[in-house]
Amino acid sequence: MMIEALIAVALVGALVTFVAPNRVAGKLAFAISLVPAALSLWMFSAFDGVGNALLEGDLAYESQYEWLELSEYTISWFVGLDGISMPLVVLTTVLCTLAIVSSWTPIDERESQFYGLVLFIEANLIGVFAALDFFVWFIFWEAVLIPMYLLIGVWGGPRRKYAAIKFFVYTNVASLLMFGAFIALVFALPEVTTFALPEIAAAMLAGGPEALFGVAGSTLASIVFVAMFLGFAVKVPVVPFHTWLPDAHVEAPTPASVLLAGVLLKMGTYALLRFNFTMFPDQVAAYSVPIAAIAVISVIYGAMLALAQTDLKRIVAYSSVSSMGYVILGLIAYTQFGVGGATFQMVSHGLISGLMFMAVGVIYNATHTRMVTDMSGLADRMPVAVGILVAGAFGYMGLPLMSGFYGEFTIFFGAFQSELLEYAPLFTAAAMFGIVIVAGYLLFALQRTVFGPYRLETDYEVGRAPLHDVAPMFVLLGLIILLGVAPELIFEMITDAVDPIIGGEV
Amino acid sequence: MAVFDLPGWTGLAPALILAATALALFVVDSISPRSSNRALLAGVSATGALASLAVAVWFIAAGVGQGGIDGLGVIDLFDGQFVVDAMALYFMIVVAVVTALVSVASYDYMAGHTYQAEYYSLLILAATGMSTMAAANSLVTIFIALELTSLPSYALVAILKDNRGSVEAGLKYFLIGALSSAIFVYGISLVYGATGHLQLDAIATALEGDVADGFGGLLGLGILMLIGGFAFKTASVPFHFWAPEAYEGAPAPISAFLSSASKAAGFVIAFRVFTTAFPLEPTAALIGLDWTLAFVILAIVTMTVGNFAAATQDKVKRMLAYSSIGHAGYALIGLAGLTVDGGELVMGAAMMHLLVYGFMNTGAFLFVALAEYWGVGRTFEDYNGLANQAPVACFALGIFLFSLAGIPPLGGFWSKYFLFTGAISVGTTSMLLVAAALVVNSALSLYYYSRLVKAVWIEESVVDRDTLAQPTGLYAAIVFAAVMTVVLLPAFGPVSETAIDAAAAVI
Repeated sequence: MMIEALIAVALVGALVTFVAPNRVAGKLAFAISLVPAALSLWMFSAFDGVGNALLEGDLAYESQYEWLELSEYTISWFVGLDGISMPLVVLTTVLCTLAIVSSWTPIDERESQFYGLVLFIEANLIGVFAALDFFVWFIFWEAVLIPMYLLIGVWGGPRRKYAAIKFFVYTNVASLLMFGAFIALVFALPEVTTFALPEIAAAMLAGGPEALFGVAGSTLASIVFVAMFLGFAVKVPVVPFHTWLPDAHVEAPTPASVLLAGVLLKMGTYALLRFNFTMFPDQVAAYSVPIAAIAVISVIYGAMLALAQTDLKRIVAYSSVSSMGYVILGLIAYTQFGVGGATFQMVSHGLISGLMFMAVGVIYNATHTRMVTDMSGLADRMPVAVGILVAGAFGYMGLPLMSGFYGEFTIFFGAFQSELLEYAPLFTAAAMFGIVIVAGYLLFALQRTVFGPYRLETDYEVGRAPLHDVAPMFVLLGLIILLGVAPELIFEMITDAVDPIIGGEV
Repeated sequence: MAVFDLPGWTGLAPALILAATALALFVVDSISPRSSNRALLAGVSATGALASLAVAVWFIAAGVGQGGIDGLGVIDLFDGQFVVDAMALYFMIVVAVVTALVSVASYDYMAGHTYQAEYYSLLILAATGMSTMAAANSLVTIFIALELTSLPSYALVAILKDNRGSVEAGLKYFLIGALSSAIFVYGISLVYGATGHLQLDAIATALEGDVADGFGGLLGLGILMLIGGFAFKTASVPFHFWAPEAYEGAPAPISAFLSSASKAAGFVIAFRVFTTAFPLEPTAALIGLDWTLAFVILAIVTMTVGNFAAATQDKVKRMLAYSSIGHAGYALIGLAGLTVDGGELVMGAAMMHLLVYGFMNTGAFLFVALAEYWGVGRTFEDYNGLANQAPVACFALGIFLFSLAGIPPLGGFWSKYFLFTGAISVGTTSMLLVAAALVVNSALSLYYYSRLVKAVWIEESVVDRDTLAQPTGLYAAIVFAAVMTVVLLPAFGPVSETAIDAAAAVI
């Protein structure tokens, strides 16, 4: 019942916060969010799962209850955690707490509604990572959309309406495509009578779908694979479905950006891993080259787009496209280090991008501009925040002893050795070139904003950021270094869950 | 006291309680005419509706209308003029729930209006008619129940006597209603002419025998006219023109009442008449046409017309009115998906949709009632920024609208999903078309529903508003409807079982 407790605390907390008076809402939401954060950390320390949730393995904190029947199909409340989902749940709860603290300064209207929605998102994100029944999972998956739509639409920047609608339409259309395809697949699978993902995965690996409505089984599997890939690719996002992301990020308030980059994007790669890369090994092999090409294009093109930006927040936003490209590359490598590294990178990128968005948010609060061209020499006026920004940028670049290094290194290591992917060394080498561009745009941006003589083309007096703005960034930085120094803290757990996917022993 | 110890006529208790409540309201009114004691009037009618609800739930829980070990079987009354089975009770629940919500909400909405007692007694009388419709099992009782519903409804739509829109809407509703009643009763006479019977199961027996041989054309015309009558009551194309006008002009709680309860009652008679009286095979053999085809066309056309019209409105109430036409199209899938050997899944799904709809659509119209109570105006722009002053009600509105659009995890997603899989499981080409139309229309509906969400939550208000009042009754009804729309999610197991069992029993 631990997972239910996590979700329930966040949900009830969301309702309580929603009706609480504005002036206490921020502190109240923080206090409430400490409960799931502490609980999930305790669950992490007591984690005893073995293997993969969808394949062979014993889950931690599993619970399953029959819910409703639909002709011969049973839908059940089925949740549990394995080595892949456990770190992501902790990432969610910790990042939500930090995001709430980092909203205290920028959010100054309708606070209770804002914090209520953040807690509501947290509950649904935990659900996405814990659910093991397709319906339960899909409900949580979709339920994330509405609060994020409102967070961007109500508290966002000047073009927030456009950004919110675009976000909603893109991701909702993608979800519908994915939903329809998956339901068709379940109908075509012989002897499957539930929507439980382990059972569906077993049926897929045992022989795959039968013909449905005159479409042959193997064709259907390919169609479903592609449809689901597209559905998740929008969420990740990969080029060319990435255009909603910079709009959403730039318009979203800082805490929403933190959650969007830190956790929401991981929903896409997590779902790719759970569905496409676990259930469709044949299709993964068949489509490996185009997928690797998409991954490499996302890495390079995303980085080049970032290089071309002058808005600090936009730079960080585009850098996500490129970082998530690495994750896809690791997944398609289909080796222990590739898939494991990709999962590690999901957590690592969640921490680093969260840190970067917070740092940009603090700078914006102080200077009221995000344009690189408008500022210079900020290091003199706000040394702590700028120091953290620089540290985060180094994490992004993959400085050793920070988590980004370990994530990217294992991905490259795994991708280089890939047997599944043709021309794997070539793709890996091309993707590695991305690191150079990343270092390029980050250093370029830092050099212009934080170093040099102090100059600011606005009328604001810039001073140090308050403690509660800086504290969450220190926590994140601590975690980034911790995972960089001791990656086995989560990497052992991850590889244990990854091995069954790529055909290894538990 | 167990259900089976009671005399048979008590099976109609949910309807009878409503009738008694109407009488009680007359008594209150005659003791204290021109009563301004709104709390008493609203209280009596809400209590009556809740009592009716409680009895119907009790009956279903006790097993009335169900076979099996602990089932009590169908209660057959007055030589089969009425039946109380699971489907009847299910729809009595829908009617009672909506009536209770509307009664509570009217407490604030009707403040300051004349004809208080008349309003509530007409409301309860119409609900009595709807509840009776659910149990009617003969074309005569159906017609009487239908008129018992319609006549108070005409008056209710026009009850705001000093409002030109209201009076005009009532007149329009009355004229089209009278016309469709005439068509319907003519259809009844043709069916009677062809088969010699009015009771539904007797008609089926006559069709299966050779009584109706040679009257195929007559019967076909009769069936077509009956479909016309249902189309009017359920606001389906081509008899939907009255609906936007009537809903727009009527007091908003009455719009909620008509678009939810009255529509559900229209569907229950359509379900019962077509499943019981006109079995697919013998009817098709006689008239040379499968009547589900008519419903396939009606379903697709109705949902498409309703949704496209809704997408182009700039008044909130009209948008909701057209969207409720679209939802009638979804519910029609229940009849379109019937096959010779079943279809209980898809009809059960339509019944579930009508229950969920009873909460989410009533809730949405009650929000409009709240807006009218505040006097904010009618267009989308007038609703801009309401969330600043009334976050709780606007949160509830968001739940209703996203549920109407079929976004998970809300109730509307479930019933639409069940409709979709039900339609797919029938497997014919026409039903695949219907399923595709359902998906396309749902996607389209998201556009105009989210427009309203956007208005209240995201847009800035054009006028400066002071703090808005928080009328207790309206708020209670809206919050309750919102809670139910969400709570239906974990509770969908028993709901879907009841609905599918009830559908299986009549097919």
